[in-house]
Amino acid sequence: LDYQHVQVPFEITLWIMLASLAKIAFHLYNKLPSVVPESCLLIFVGLIMGGIIYGLNDKSPPVMDSDIFFLYLLPPIVLDAGYFMPSRPFFENIGTILLYAVVGTIWNVFGIGFSLYGICQVRAFGLRDVSLLHNLLFGSLIAAVDPVAVLAVFEEIHVNEKLHILVFGESLLNDAVTVVLYKLFRSFCEMPAIKTVDVFAGVGKFFVVGIGGVLVGLTFGMTSAFTTRFTKDIRVIEPLFVFLYSYLSYLTAEMFHLSGIVAIIACAMGMKRYVEANISLKSHTTVKYFMKMWSSVSDTLIFIFLGVSTIGENHEWNWPYIFFTVIFCLIWRALGVLVLTFFVNRFHVNTVTSKDQFIIAYGGLRGAICFSLVFLLPDFRRKKLFIAATTVVILFTVFAQGMTIRPLVDLLHVKRQRESAPTVGEQIHIRFLDHLLAGIEDISGHWGQYYWKDKLEYFNSKYLQKFLLREYDQPKSSIVLLYEKLERKHAIELAESGQLGHAPSHPSLLCSGFLCSNSDRAVITEKKLEDAVHPDGLEDIQEILARNLYRIRRTGPAYSRHTLPGETEPVEQAQEILILQRRSL
Amino acid sequence: MGSAQSVPPEMRALAERTGFTSEQIEQLHRRFKQLSHNRKTIRKEDFDTIPDLEFNPIRARIVHAFFDKRRNLRKAPAGLAEEINFEDFLTIMSYFRPIEMDMDEERLESFRKEKLKFLFHMYDADYDGIITLQEYKDVLDELMSGNPHLEKESLRAIAEGAMLEAASVCMPRTGPDEVYEGITFEDFLKVWKGIDIETKMHVRFLTMEAIAHCY
Repeated sequence: LDYQHVQVPFEITLWIMLASLAKIAFHLYNKLPSVVPESCLLIFVGLIMGGIIYGLNDKSPPVMDSDIFFLYLLPPIVLDAGYFMPSRPFFENIGTILLYAVVGTIWNVFGIGFSLYGICQVRAFGLRDVSLLHNLLFGSLIAAVDPVAVLAVFEEIHVNEKLHILVFGESLLNDAVTVVLYKLFRSFCEMPAIKTVDVFAGVGKFFVVGIGGVLVGLTFGMTSAFTTRFTKDIRVIEPLFVFLYSYLSYLTAEMFHLSGIVAIIACAMGMKRYVEANISLKSHTTVKYFMKMWSSVSDTLIFIFLGVSTIGENHEWNWPYIFFTVIFCLIWRALGVLVLTFFVNRFHVNTVTSKDQFIIAYGGLRGAICFSLVFLLPDFRRKKLFIAATTVVILFTVFAQGMTIRPLVDLLHVKRQRESAPTVGEQIHIRFLDHLLAGIEDISGHWGQYYWKDKLEYFNSKYLQKFLLREYDQPKSSIVLLYEKLERKHAIELAESGQLGHAPSHPSLLCSGFLCSNSDRAVITEKKLEDAVHPDGLEDIQEILARNLYRIRRTGPAYSRHTLPGETEPVEQAQEILILQRRSL
Repeated sequence: MGSAQSVPPEMRALAERTGFTSEQIEQLHRRFKQLSHNRKTIRKEDFDTIPDLEFNPIRARIVHAFFDKRRNLRKAPAGLAEEINFEDFLTIMSYFRPIEMDMDEERLESFRKEKLKFLFHMYDADYDGIITLQEYKDVLDELMSGNPHLEKESLRAIAEGAMLEAASVCMPRTGPDEVYEGITFEDFLKVWKGIDIETKMHVRFLTMEAIAHCY
């Protein structure tokens, strides 16, 4: 047996296999995922695994290495989130999101840090030696809301889009603040004396980290779009570029001590439009599926490792400290959300309701990022205390809050996601409204939201598109165009032979069979009205619109781990074409 | 505050009719004077001087909406006005007022209807109260005018698709070979039901911010 030779890849594969099998097992029992979120179940599995390993080896099981987490497990999830982020609601609410992410996180950090320091002063708990700086350092890593955990829970409860994007956007963007504060306090711990200039340097650093991350991301995004312009003859490796450039942007940002998460999101959002226009349909599908697959695997592994790492001798169980940590996390988050929303609602017409506020506060889940950061702490006497507290907070938020949030959403009748399917007409209307409002802003001389959007679009169409897009006159894949042409031809023949009533068995939206276009009125046959908008045809039209109108809002589910937003089946279409061809001959 | 000489006596009446506050009216008056080059009325040509409006694909419709006498300016004879004065300007702008916190259900509903009616008139070019397939196609043509490569066929298909959707929403139980004339205002309301237009169709300049005078 040559186990040593294959040990590392073998064990990695086994872990991934375990994660995937666990996932299958959950979905076999249909009722289980609706009661208990997947993340809880995965942690539970991890706990069992950790227990087994501990029992067998009688020493602590392998703790999730922070490097592995930050370099390999986190980027796929963030990339997936950034790539499929619905940009329209994101940018519409960007002010609110930034406020929560930046000001809210700072508020939480200092609030929790100072309160815990107050607790440490109480003689009875035996915590006098935990200094203020240590508490602030702990606060900085425990305060941040975790995107992985939030995603895992929120995608199963389908709240309305705005609420979703607020919580989710906040969890992604607060990374910049977390990085800065964590590193700042850590370096303060090691410095003998702290001057005020250091504090100001810290504040300045925050801007550098955030904006630098965005710039790095955008640079890589544009480069990626530019590269895909030339990939016409080697379609096979097109998806690779998307992943390579995104990962590079993450690593580069981390290298410069900037925020990697912000970079990778900026990269994904920036390049998406151009890359999707340049790459072939198959590459497009490949990118989508691989992204989902990788992020799913990462997600599962993270939670399992969280469970495994909980078992062991890494903890110092000082229950008062832990208890108060949990309490303070909840209290400060609630206060923060309340105060900030009060400000937000004064400036916004579309207010954040109190129910929404409750869900935002309650949905502030902590996850693996806190966990990894606490293991990265320099070794000092009380490190194990922090590890224990972090573990409990994470378990509490994921289990208690994660499991109860769905019944609460139902109980409070929080506005849910819109059930109706996206319609073509709606997209046209929204676009029309955009231009109308931009025009009114121009007339009234105000540089408002629509004005800047318009300006950006103009810049895009004049310069960026020429540079980054390969060609502009091939809006769709040829199969679908052919399909449309054949449909029409077939229908015209039917009309001429007087058999308008007998339509093809596969009802299609694309006119002809039931809309007579020689006049400007729409004649509808009874059969077609029932199958009003066929999803396949609708998807084609949406593709056309998406490529050619300036921007289109997808009103479908914004983000879901298990499904992809709308899929056409080229195989079906190819078959259809064959059938139609045979008929028309 | 200095440009308000010609406004104060009618200001209260204007404020009541359009719902603006006096600061907002003053700001808009300043802008009006800029656009009209200090005359009393604006003509269509004055809108050409706004640089950014040129690139707007539905520019013609927007300008048209300002001069439409019967429907938007609520004046008696139909047709287009030659020029509009400040009161007319304000009337059109009042369609873009943001909602206020203390509006009750009824007012909100009528507010919403007003905005949608304005929008409807922008689609319905021949004033017959129905958006026909041809008018829809024209709108779509304008929206996509920036992309010459898009085929006429595809545009037609899209317009027809959208009409079919509207038909299926508004006339769910029709017999075979029935003619769907076009989208009436009631149908239009139904189509827009999912989109909360009160919060979308407003321009935030109508607050106390400083207006950027761009030229």
